[in-house]
Amino acid sequence: MGTVTGWLLEIAQTALALGLAPGVVGIIRWMKARLQNRRGAPWWQPYRELRKLFSKEVIVSPNASWLFRAAPSVVFASAVAVTLLIPVLAVPLPFDAVGDLIVVVYLLLLGTFFLALAGLDPGSAFGGMGASREMTVAALAEPTIALAIFALALRAGSTNLGQIVARTMADPGAALSPGHLLAFGALFVVALAETGRLPVDNPATHLELTMIHEAMVLEYSGRYLALIEWAAALKLLVFLSLLANLFVPWGVAVTLTPAALALALLCLLAKVVVLAAVIAVFETRVAKLRLFRVPELLSVSFVLALLAITSSFLSR
Amino acid sequence: MPSVLLLLMVGGYGAGAVLALPRRSGGAARALTAAGAMLGAGAGLALALQVLATGAPFTLALPRLLSLAGGVALRLDALGAFFLAVVSLVAFPAALYGASYSRVYEGRRSLPLLGVMLNLFLVTMSLVPLADNVLTFVAVWEGMSLTSYFLVITESDEPETVRAGNWYLAMTQFGLAFLLAAFLLLAAGGSTAFDALRGGAPSLSPALRSLVFVLALVGFGSKAGLIPLHVWLPLAHPAAPSHVSALMSGVMIKMGVYGLLRVGLDLLGGGPAWWGGLVLAVGAISALLGVLYALMEHDLKRLLAYHSVENIGIIFIGLGAGFMFQSYGLGALAVLAFVGGLYHTVNHACFKGLLFLGAGGVLHATGSRNMEELGGLIKRMPRTAFFFLVGAASISALPPLNGFVSEWLVFQALLGGAAIPRPEVAVLMPFAVGMLALTSGLAAACFVKAFGITFLGIARSAEAEHAHEVPRSMQAGMAVLALGCVTLGLGAFVMVPALGTVLAGLGGMPAGAVAFTLRLPLPVTGAYGQMSPALLFLGLLLLLGAIPLALRLAGATRALRVSDTWGCGRIVQTPRMQYTATAFAEPLRRVFAALYRPSEDLSIDFHPQSRYFVQSIEYRTHILPWFERYLYEPVLAWVKVWAARARAVQSGSVHAYLSYLVGALVLLLGLLVGWGQ
Amino acid sequence: MLLFSKILRVGLATEPLGPGDEGVVHLVREVDARSRALFGRALAVREVDAGSCNGCEIEITGLTSPVYDSERFGIHFVASPRHADLLLVTGPVTRNMEVPLKKTYDATPAPKLVVAVGDCARTCGVFKGSYAVAGSVDQVIPVNVFVDGCPPEPADILRGILTALQRPLRA
Repeated sequence: MGTVTGWLLEIAQTALALGLAPGVVGIIRWMKARLQNRRGAPWWQPYRELRKLFSKEVIVSPNASWLFRAAPSVVFASAVAVTLLIPVLAVPLPFDAVGDLIVVVYLLLLGTFFLALAGLDPGSAFGGMGASREMTVAALAEPTIALAIFALALRAGSTNLGQIVARTMADPGAALSPGHLLAFGALFVVALAETGRLPVDNPATHLELTMIHEAMVLEYSGRYLALIEWAAALKLLVFLSLLANLFVPWGVAVTLTPAALALALLCLLAKVVVLAAVIAVFETRVAKLRLFRVPELLSVSFVLALLAITSSFLSR
Repeated sequence: MPSVLLLLMVGGYGAGAVLALPRRSGGAARALTAAGAMLGAGAGLALALQVLATGAPFTLALPRLLSLAGGVALRLDALGAFFLAVVSLVAFPAALYGASYSRVYEGRRSLPLLGVMLNLFLVTMSLVPLADNVLTFVAVWEGMSLTSYFLVITESDEPETVRAGNWYLAMTQFGLAFLLAAFLLLAAGGSTAFDALRGGAPSLSPALRSLVFVLALVGFGSKAGLIPLHVWLPLAHPAAPSHVSALMSGVMIKMGVYGLLRVGLDLLGGGPAWWGGLVLAVGAISALLGVLYALMEHDLKRLLAYHSVENIGIIFIGLGAGFMFQSYGLGALAVLAFVGGLYHTVNHACFKGLLFLGAGGVLHATGSRNMEELGGLIKRMPRTAFFFLVGAASISALPPLNGFVSEWLVFQALLGGAAIPRPEVAVLMPFAVGMLALTSGLAAACFVKAFGITFLGIARSAEAEHAHEVPRSMQAGMAVLALGCVTLGLGAFVMVPALGTVLAGLGGMPAGAVAFTLRLPLPVTGAYGQMSPALLFLGLLLLLGAIPLALRLAGATRALRVSDTWGCGRIVQTPRMQYTATAFAEPLRRVFAALYRPSEDLSIDFHPQSRYFVQSIEYRTHILPWFERYLYEPVLAWVKVWAARARAVQSGSVHAYLSYLVGALVLLLGLLVGWGQ
Repeated sequence: MLLFSKILRVGLATEPLGPGDEGVVHLVREVDARSRALFGRALAVREVDAGSCNGCEIEITGLTSPVYDSERFGIHFVASPRHADLLLVTGPVTRNMEVPLKKTYDATPAPKLVVAVGDCARTCGVFKGSYAVAGSVDQVIPVNVFVDGCPPEPADILRGILTALQRPLRA
């Protein structure tokens, strides 16, 4: 695969992900609205909201420092960097050698780190609370992610994402192995925790005492808020793409012909919509967990990941 | 040439010590002391780099010095050179920083002592990697311990400092006893030169070799600060002056790592898998417990000291994995694991040194280490805050800084553990991976707290409100280390092959197993994946620059207004309305309550005329110090009981003492007669 | 499963929004064309209770119910005035809430709109002349639209918001 074509494809893929991300949030909201027996906004509503936010003025607290203004860019940059590293449409890509799954996880931690600091910067109580809770959830989700990576890497012989996808495509039977399914379950729970969906965090809540992610961004307005919301949507799309393309990789293009890419796009859309529907139904069914019950949920996912690895070891 | 550099190094430190002696005050005296130390550090670094570059070890024997005990012998091979480089790398900025920082001690009697002991500390510590026989090693090791003791008790007018010094001295002597036992058993009555030890080790019985290894692990582990021998770290490191804390935490505890590698890998040549397993287990437990205790601290320097325990744990995870792979003959993976451990050694030296210097800057500006009294310092001390942020991001293993690269290497080494032929051993690797991941997540949480509460928000006390930026030499010291953090992250493609050559030949490691490559990605033999920190850095920078540009091109409005922090419309905001450090760590305190066993004291003062009005509320929370209470206190109590009984010997009666003398004389004469026959 | 079978049985419960009675909604300050275009399809609302009896609040919570469904017009409620475009104010402004209401208005980024809901918001209602009341909402912050009623129907509140945007009142 020519390097120039590869680079162009990487950039196009990331632009596509950037473009799709608010739509995914919109679809989940629309589905939840219909499940609540109401009409709801169309699935392209988040695009309108983002466009509006870019035209609103920004208000900054006198207590805040340069970190408050820099953090949205850092969060957005880390989310885009992650998108550049994951297989959205095709494998293998030139940036595959720049970062593997461990790099992806820690880049997401980079975004969370700066967002938490930005929550503490204006000196508000809500920001501190959000930062404290967000870092707790992020820290407790880390072992599960690491073990899920271990399980996938064990099977594929590499932590590089291109390799993992290629290996699973070459061995369809392995996709239904218990190790695979358990790892999928563990990563699904972690995806809910990291992207701030129910039952860990309610993205639509107004009660500050129930907020985790939202509490850190209460102080942001205008284009900064737009960047943070967009980065959060991108993070959701990243997790959904990872769940889709690492565990059910059929449809991902291995050659760079237009036909293969078009098929890859359709498959990606289909997988993302299915996962979005699962999330919407799940969110309608469960209630939000009390904050101090969230570690119990994360330990369940940790045990799932541990079982995934044990089964991988035993089946070798 | 190397001997010249050695002379320059010893001479530089010596000059720094001598120039500190006269009790002159003023910037000149402090600057001269620092200049001597910086000269010594520079020469040490040059010496180390020369040995690393040429690959030829440098030897210097002085058999006539202390000849009765075997003479002094110095040898600098690649492993020693690496550690000498680490020492010099942190000594230089720390000395530079100390030039202005020690102004606080001006006029007090401790200033000359500080200068002398600092230079003596640096010279003995630099000589530890050079020691080539047991006498030299023990002599410079004890010298390092004693000089650092004097440095710890610099502020001896505080009772806390004296207590810290006592604990520290006791633990160093405890470690020394184990080290001596290990070396003497290894020598088995023959020559005590390291060459002889290396040659004689294969002929020792496996049980003896294992005993030596365990004794060495305990001795060097107590210096490194492994659990449960870590209790001196959170006492001694906060008590010492900040640049000394940086040196102790950054490089002195690494001498424990050096010692274990020298004895375990070089002299003993590796051993059965359970050695590696033991080191790995102790490392993993230290890492997790270290960060858990750090989370509960609100004293900035105690928090950093516990983080040193955590990072030493991570280094030992790498070393343990290396020993395990070596015992199974997986040479390439062993090199990878050791490289990860060594890389984390130099990275930790860099960012922990930086963090301690930053904490010293905060202490210098506000007079307080207590996070609950700080806040808003980023606006009053912007450069210190920036450097501290770089250190905090590095220690939290955020890409593309150096902490992330070494943790990535350790992760890859542990993932390679799947190749171990025994599945019941291999299944321990996922546990280690999980513990390492949890540790690094908790470290990130802890540093959001440390940086956020100290530097962000509003000042919580008058001292924090009137803080000022630190003097330029302190800023320069921090800048050097911050630059080091970034360069060590970007320069992974140089560091990894260099560390591979450091390990070549030790304990049967394959020579040159890690290929040098100029390509930016880092293909590491035996590793599961690839990554390129330099390209990541470049990519992130480009994106950060592209975002404001894209916004401007898209026509996003640039309007900005300054208005009060949103607080639900409350009339006034006081610093008390912010989150505190205790509150920040509270969710984690609840999650890990089984470990912490937190207890709370709440006392409320009501208004004398009505219980509906509260005058003041005092809230204290404690966590259970497991090791101090259930390990050390019983031991100390037992020691006190036996000491009290032994005191009966000192009855005060001259007759009793005379009879002791006569008895001892008779015994000695009898022994001599008996041996003579 | 009982939940999902019930969802399927009920179907869409949203009622179309008709024109409503005259004289309930008063447009006091016109909104400029730029803001109307900006907020036409996506409006973030922050609700402020400036001392109301909560009667209007209960009607406002009805806005997000399936029957009235404000979300179909692109109107959603947010948790902070920093995120808001429109302040939905209720209650006669009590003395204690006068400064917080002003602070909330200051904390909202420009361009912004204000819709005051209820009789209390326009004329202080039954609390007119009380020692605890500072004045109507218009005396504290500039209001764009008043919606009469004690309490007004959720449909009227919706019409009030849409009138501020000068959007046609289609379903």
